[in-house]
Amino acid sequence: MKIKFPPVIVLFLLSLVNIEIFGGIFHAGPNYQLKNLESALKIISPYDTVIIHQGKYFSNNIIVNKPVVIIGLGRAVLDGLGKNQIMFIKSDDVIIENMTFINSGISFIDDNAAIKLDSVSNCKVINNFFEDNFFAIYLARTSNSTVSGNIIKAKNKKESYSGNGIHLWYSKNVEISDNRITGHRDGIYLEFVRSSNITNNLSWKNLRYGLHFMFSDSCSYSGNVFQNNGAGVAVMFTRRVEMFNNKFENNWGGAAYGVLLKEIFDSNIYNNYFYKNSNGLYMEGCNRINIKNNDFVENGWAIRLMANSMDNNFTANNFSGNSFDVSTNNIKNFNTFSGNYWSEYNGYDLNKDGIGDIPFRPVSLFSLITEQNRSSLVLLRSMFVELLNTAEKIFPVLTPETLIDNSPNIKKINHD
Amino acid sequence: MNLLFKISSYQLRDVIRSKWIFFYTILLMIISYSLISLTKEPAKILITMLNINLIIVPLISLIFGTIFLYNNKNNIIFLLSQPIKRNVLFLGLYIGLILPIILGFLLGVGIPILFYVKIFSNYAETIFLLLTTGIVLTIIFGGVAFYISISNEDRMKGLGISIIVWLFLSIFYDGLLLIIFQTFADYPLEKISAFLIMFNPIDLTRILVVINFDVSALMGYTGTVFKNFFGGNLGVLISALMLMFWSILPLYLGLRKFKAKDF
Repeated sequence: MKIKFPPVIVLFLLSLVNIEIFGGIFHAGPNYQLKNLESALKIISPYDTVIIHQGKYFSNNIIVNKPVVIIGLGRAVLDGLGKNQIMFIKSDDVIIENMTFINSGISFIDDNAAIKLDSVSNCKVINNFFEDNFFAIYLARTSNSTVSGNIIKAKNKKESYSGNGIHLWYSKNVEISDNRITGHRDGIYLEFVRSSNITNNLSWKNLRYGLHFMFSDSCSYSGNVFQNNGAGVAVMFTRRVEMFNNKFENNWGGAAYGVLLKEIFDSNIYNNYFYKNSNGLYMEGCNRINIKNNDFVENGWAIRLMANSMDNNFTANNFSGNSFDVSTNNIKNFNTFSGNYWSEYNGYDLNKDGIGDIPFRPVSLFSLITEQNRSSLVLLRSMFVELLNTAEKIFPVLTPETLIDNSPNIKKINHD
Repeated sequence: MNLLFKISSYQLRDVIRSKWIFFYTILLMIISYSLISLTKEPAKILITMLNINLIIVPLISLIFGTIFLYNNKNNIIFLLSQPIKRNVLFLGLYIGLILPIILGFLLGVGIPILFYVKIFSNYAETIFLLLTTGIVLTIIFGGVAFYISISNEDRMKGLGISIIVWLFLSIFYDGLLLIIFQTFADYPLEKISAFLIMFNPIDLTRILVVINFDVSALMGYTGTVFKNFFGGNLGVLISALMLMFWSILPLYLGLRKFKAKDF
């Protein structure tokens, strides 16, 4: 009797033989000769692949010091037991995919991370799961790398017991995309980072900031969603920031900000959506920023523009249903507002060109008062306050004379 | 008791027949209806309605209440010649006045909401707050109106005082608060401002509303203090007691004057 093998099976068998003979792919797991990742890393040569099978592996600072692809099959869990760092990548060209990292230890001396990358390039951390880690993904002095599609969760209650979800320090050309981060201190944290793209991430319910960066020039942020973070998003001391198509939502609290900008220069903020933040956009010491085509909806303050900000342009934004549209702390203003839509505007448009015939003053007297004296906010929505605002609108004396939109749009601008 | 009921039901019919209350209801209805049809966002509609209530309800209750007693003077003198206790008569008149105003308010605000009940389905609590503040303000300012018109023989003077009281509580008082806040800006004012607000029923109801709409986060530290105080059980209890105090005090003073008055 002759047995016929279909060609596919023949190919499959041949490929198995290949692996056995020529190496390249190594399997590690409870039912394999290699019991865990550490033992696999000892015997492989550079650019091999290690497949980790389903199981729980107790790990203490696994050092990856040669180029390798590590892929989890099923739920391959590396557990730091709440004490240790889990994985430390010291080599270029490492790819980590589909692994689960849990319980990297809280430490007040070391930055224990689930995955730490130091002084490497061309690495990828893709589609992994992180649960209850101190820091989840920590990149130091790393370049040309990708962090993408990871799901990162933690549930610490206190800021001091919690690290950052994705932490970048002294890195450049890093791609951070499609990650979902919750419950960490800062969702995404960047310090001294250059030319990186942060796209399509969702960062919600983090203890402090959804996104936090400092000294990180020439980075771009797009399509991200930041929701319900303890203090929203804070970015400082940076030049050439591009922020577009992001959503900043429900950052509500005494010191919560949709976006807090401090000393940001030469940047563009386009097409973002600010919804229900107690402070939509807060700007302190910011120069030459274009704020265009954004929607500010139902925020406490849509924009708080401190007087040390200069040469910022606010054009074609929609302001609707905010308690205060713009507030500032000085009578001087060196910024321009033009062509915005203001739901508070009640002027007219005789020639029907869509632009209101009388200018709009977005700073009300009451917002000026509250900026200097917060407890007077107790009088919010009092008739007295409405009278004050109306009187000031007719004869502006105390509100900044130049903070004025000379061409307010009559209709809401469509931004799609 | 029977007599009280009789007097108040007679007054009630009398008030309902007058055009005033009709206009009041229609006015509220138009405002509520136009608000709802302008924006379909329930939170915004309700907070605007609450704002309007804080202005209109005290004003109408004061003016209407003051005029009501002056207009009924002959009637009161006639009734006093009958074997009726003065406090029964007084309470009868009072109930006969505020019941139709409350009814007008409930209809004026309630019917448009019922009409669009679907969009308000998640806001039962706020609607309850809206209706309660309206009712409480009517009760308070009805009493104040009675006190004013009993204390003043001259009808123009009485009416003037009503308007001044309204102006004072809804505008000047807040102005004074603002002056205090500005003068003592360097001191912690949270507790003092909470205390001062207790003494103005309009401000007190306004704060209860504002806190309920979660605007408190805007106020920073003051907001937290207020939220903890007015949002907590103790604060709600104290506010309720204070509102009750404000409902009873002018009525009681009015009653004392009424008993001693020589018509």
